[in-house]
Amino acid sequence: MTQTALSALKGKVSTSNLKNWIGVAPFFLFAILFIFLPSMRLFMDSFKNNEGQFTFANILQLFSEPYILNAYWLSIKISAVTAIGGAIFGFLLAYSITVGNLPKSLRPALITFSGVASNFAGVPLAFAFVSTLGRTGFVTALLKNFFGMDLYQSGFNLYGFAGLSLVYMYFQFPLMVLIMAPALDGLKREWREAAENLGANTMQYWLRIALPILLPSILGATILLFGNAFGAYATAYALTGGRLGIVTIQIGAQIRGDVLHNPGLGYAMAMGMVFIMAVSLAGYSWLQAKTERWLK
Amino acid sequence: MNLSSRLRNIPFWSWLWFILGALYFILPLYATLDFSLRMERDIIGFKAYLSAFEDPDFLKTFGYSVSIAIVTILVSIILTIPTAYWVRLRLPEARRIVEFITLMPFVVPAIILVFGLIRIYSSPITIPFTDIVLIPPLTTFKFGTSILVVAGYMVLGLPYMYRSVDTGMRTVDVRTLTEAAQSLGANWYTIISQVILPNLRSALLSGALLTFAIVIGEVVLASFLGVPAFGPYLFLLGQHRAFEPAALTFTTFLMTWAAMGIIQLVTGGQGQATGAH
Repeated sequence: MTQTALSALKGKVSTSNLKNWIGVAPFFLFAILFIFLPSMRLFMDSFKNNEGQFTFANILQLFSEPYILNAYWLSIKISAVTAIGGAIFGFLLAYSITVGNLPKSLRPALITFSGVASNFAGVPLAFAFVSTLGRTGFVTALLKNFFGMDLYQSGFNLYGFAGLSLVYMYFQFPLMVLIMAPALDGLKREWREAAENLGANTMQYWLRIALPILLPSILGATILLFGNAFGAYATAYALTGGRLGIVTIQIGAQIRGDVLHNPGLGYAMAMGMVFIMAVSLAGYSWLQAKTERWLK
Repeated sequence: MNLSSRLRNIPFWSWLWFILGALYFILPLYATLDFSLRMERDIIGFKAYLSAFEDPDFLKTFGYSVSIAIVTILVSIILTIPTAYWVRLRLPEARRIVEFITLMPFVVPAIILVFGLIRIYSSPITIPFTDIVLIPPLTTFKFGTSILVVAGYMVLGLPYMYRSVDTGMRTVDVRTLTEAAQSLGANWYTIISQVILPNLRSALLSGALLTFAIVIGEVVLASFLGVPAFGPYLFLLGQHRAFEPAALTFTTFLMTWAAMGIIQLVTGGQGQATGAH
């Protein structure tokens, strides 16, 4: 008797469970149609040759084709430079508005501005920097007229690696500010007091206590910044018109027309990018989980 | 307190970083504004703005982007609210997978997403092993590409929309609200429209504004899918004009600023960052 009641109950639970999943079915249908099918298709196609047969050749060719290797290398360099630069500068700014004794009123202003700047990207951002540091830009003219310094004579070029890095920094360091400000808030006053009572100076407090606690959060944010720059396309395209061959630009060229003369290789290139993005997101979430142990 | 100790109390390094940061923020905007006001020789004026706003192509593309943004926001809300609500109330075991899905735009950036969308939807989708067409090739007609653009923008905005809504539901404690409404005899429609939605107003507004900020100047999906949106228009304008693009750039900045300012006001929170670069 209890046996049948129990199994009846079980049956009821599993059907009601199934009914519950129907509530989220539209969301899953959307995700399948517009996220998973498109990515799966690119994934499968990257293992196909021109005749549609299965092959590893495309994936292997990623590592031997200089054109592709250079694109990845350039993207990795620019993402790493702007992630590390953005992380350092963003951290210092976040420091100044949280524990750096600046007037309290500056904080909301900087946070809002960071929200704006980290969203201000793509074509408008590129145009803004052309007005600033282009050949006739505001700052270029300022340096020339007042300091007698000719930026473009001294080798700077807004439309090259250094220029694009400066432009990326505009959305990189504000993102760091947005991530680090709450983390710095999480540093407890007692830790500092305890350190001072034990005779530690400011330097020792930061090197031995604050930074080790913040380290996972800093590293995680840096990785996030790396992915942020790695996936960027519009800013670079608007600034350089496609002349700087980072990986997103090369993928864009492949979508417009088969510049690699092998569609499968194009799909493999896209998958290589997804792989790098996935690794960085995984690294970020792992470090984020580590951070949360301390900063609650 | 004498002067030297007063000076020592001023946080020199903090001020230095803050001023450097402020300069980095402001200089490009100031330069753009300055340039956009100099269309007429030796006169500071709004001629570039007037000229940019008068262009019928501007009106058309901007109107298109605004309407796409509104549709994207509405459909996103219709999709995320019931999902987040359901996951909170009935299906906590789905939380991890749903959150994982909302993070997908960080793994599949816009350029890859559009590549895949074009690959899938440029040929008809049939029921496997038959010739029955389930979805016609969407990239071949105008309405079809608009569907793809909206869907793509929904994907790009998903992390922000879902997180806003989910955080909103946590802060107002939807479970208790629902139980209270149910015990007073409310039906599901009343619960959603009279109880849940009004309590989520600020969460929805910030999700909507972030989505708007992503959509309004977006270039990648718009240009590869070939829709007449504002982002590609601004890009093309930059190829053959000088002052009007600067004027529109500054206008775009003001709109982003307005969106973020309102979010800051209604949530009083930290602000959020998108990733549509």
